[in-house]
Amino acid sequence: MTNEGVDTSKRQFLTSALTVVGAVGTGYLAVPFLAQMQPSVKAMAAGAPVEVDISKMEPGQLLRVEWRGKPVWILNRTPAMLATLSVIENQLRDPKSTASDQPASCKNPTRSIKPEIFLAVGLCTHLGCSPTFRPEVAPHDLGARWQGGFFCPCHGSWFDFAGRVFQGVPAPTNLEIPPYRYVSDTQIIVGETNGEKTA
Amino acid sequence: MKMKRLADAGQWILERFPLAKVWEEHMTNYYAPKNFNFWYFFGSLALLMLLNQIVTGILLTMNYKPDAHLAFDSVEYIMRDVHWGWLVRYMHSTGASAFFIVIYLHMFRGLMYGSFKQPRELVWIFGMLLFVCLMAEAFMGYLLPWGQMSYWGAQVIISLFSAIPVIGDDLSLWIRGDYVVSDATLNRFFAFHVIAVPLVLILLVFMHLVALHEVGSNNPDGVEIKKYKNEKGVPLDGIPFHPYYTVKDIFGVAVFLLFFATVIFYMPEMNGYFLEHANFIPADPMKTPEHIAPVWYFTPFYAILRAIPDKFAGVVGMGGAIVVLFLLPWLDRNPVRSIRYRSGFYKKALLLFVISFIALGYLGTQPATPTLTVFARIFTAIYFAFFLLMPLYTRWEKTKPVPTRVSPHHEIEDDLPALLEEITIIKPSQSEIGDPAFRGAFYNRRPNPEGIIKVLSRFGKKIVESLD
Repeated sequence: MTNEGVDTSKRQFLTSALTVVGAVGTGYLAVPFLAQMQPSVKAMAAGAPVEVDISKMEPGQLLRVEWRGKPVWILNRTPAMLATLSVIENQLRDPKSTASDQPASCKNPTRSIKPEIFLAVGLCTHLGCSPTFRPEVAPHDLGARWQGGFFCPCHGSWFDFAGRVFQGVPAPTNLEIPPYRYVSDTQIIVGETNGEKTA
Repeated sequence: MKMKRLADAGQWILERFPLAKVWEEHMTNYYAPKNFNFWYFFGSLALLMLLNQIVTGILLTMNYKPDAHLAFDSVEYIMRDVHWGWLVRYMHSTGASAFFIVIYLHMFRGLMYGSFKQPRELVWIFGMLLFVCLMAEAFMGYLLPWGQMSYWGAQVIISLFSAIPVIGDDLSLWIRGDYVVSDATLNRFFAFHVIAVPLVLILLVFMHLVALHEVGSNNPDGVEIKKYKNEKGVPLDGIPFHPYYTVKDIFGVAVFLLFFATVIFYMPEMNGYFLEHANFIPADPMKTPEHIAPVWYFTPFYAILRAIPDKFAGVVGMGGAIVVLFLLPWLDRNPVRSIRYRSGFYKKALLLFVISFIALGYLGTQPATPTLTVFARIFTAIYFAFFLLMPLYTRWEKTKPVPTRVSPHHEIEDDLPALLEEITIIKPSQSEIGDPAFRGAFYNRRPNPEGIIKVLSRFGKKIVESLD
């Protein structure tokens, strides 16, 4: 092959053009390859609302139900538990729940529709462990400051009985409150609010 | 006649495939420094562990089922009903821990003898990429048994990505393939663990070795052996890799396998450090185990994550702990490679770093109590100070003169007879048999307390001196 009389600029143009076209093609191919790793249609469709009967709950009892593969807690708070909420308010990172995730009906001091019945997604907002329910006051492993609440065993985040996060722990926001509504006094539907269905 | 045919066949291949050339270039004519010590076993041992993981891994896939409903039981099936399944599985699970022990020692060797310095920066970078891939491989493999630790460990690590601003939540959703860790996650982790990451690992090992053989091995003296060559161009301080180091490495492999087999047969769970107790309970998305900790080889980084009381900063700290290792060739400004000729300050800094790394590793296995968190913060600060202050303290370091050639090899075996004389005393003793035929001088070697104290104090002094 001879190189005489070769138009190198044309050759350069063809090389560049081929590179660009090839890159665009690769880019298009990357879309289905990457998108197939997204949750499938089936996974997105799953997650119907869950109906829970709370008529048999004792005061102070915690109930765990599964909603969309996540644990949802239902806690029947005693007056003593509710009383702690205002006491520790100055130690909290987001006491008014302004930066936290909850339905509008729960953006109040007790973070619930009815003060006694508290619902939360039982996953730490830090890295998704399920915190343990520690209702006792000042246990030896947590110290005298502990007034009861939820303790995340993974990275040591503290939450009070309203799922509000303490200062100086890794979790950034309060526990997420799922959308829920009362069908009757003893029936709760998790996954729906009054009127609209929300994520 | 037959021999000739065989030779002809061999010749036929060599004319078409450069087997002999590659062998010569990388084995018989590849010159490695003659002063390699014990620390230089770990490279070949890492290769051995990679081979072990691939072979046992392939065998495990023959019976394992990557399905959230079947995975846990299929692992138990391998342990109980598959012929020798327990051995293959323990070789694989213990192999993962052994792999990390070998890799950590291999990395520490590089840190100690400055093997990451010019011109070996890329050897180090490829090595670090291998380390990161190995961590990904180990992490995804740990999900497969679908036990409690598998599940919640994966939940935590995938959630790390959600701390990244803006894209974080979508990214972790994309990694999981579902809103929670689920069957979709298990299935894709199986694909990554079994084929994708191993392919990358093998490619990186190849690049690590190609880069190494281009620049040649460093050595405990940190001396460049290529500077002094004989008339044939062979380094004066070099010896052919084969047979010298192949034989030496085989010895290293034998000793290593002794320990490896002991763990496999007698303590495969290593008291919950190699296989965690909670992982013998099937995954339960409703309940996190009381105390969750990653497998020991992740705990130093996990302790750093936990020490920082902010989600994003914690993840940055954890990632940063690995990123600083990548930057090491440019952080260390001192041209002297080997610790043997570095200043006392650097030696103490390295010692402090090793202590804090091990301490973080321990703290990562413990529950996050307030006291331990304070300790974790102190050690995290030391970990980062070692690297980030390096450009300062290595620049003004007072180093010792570096020899031009490697120093003569000193064998501990040579000192042993003299040492034995020093710590023992020979006492005449009476024969216990009264018969005159047995009468005579009996001498017994007994420990000599004075000698032992002398040797110990000399040893202690030597250690203190060696830090200067």
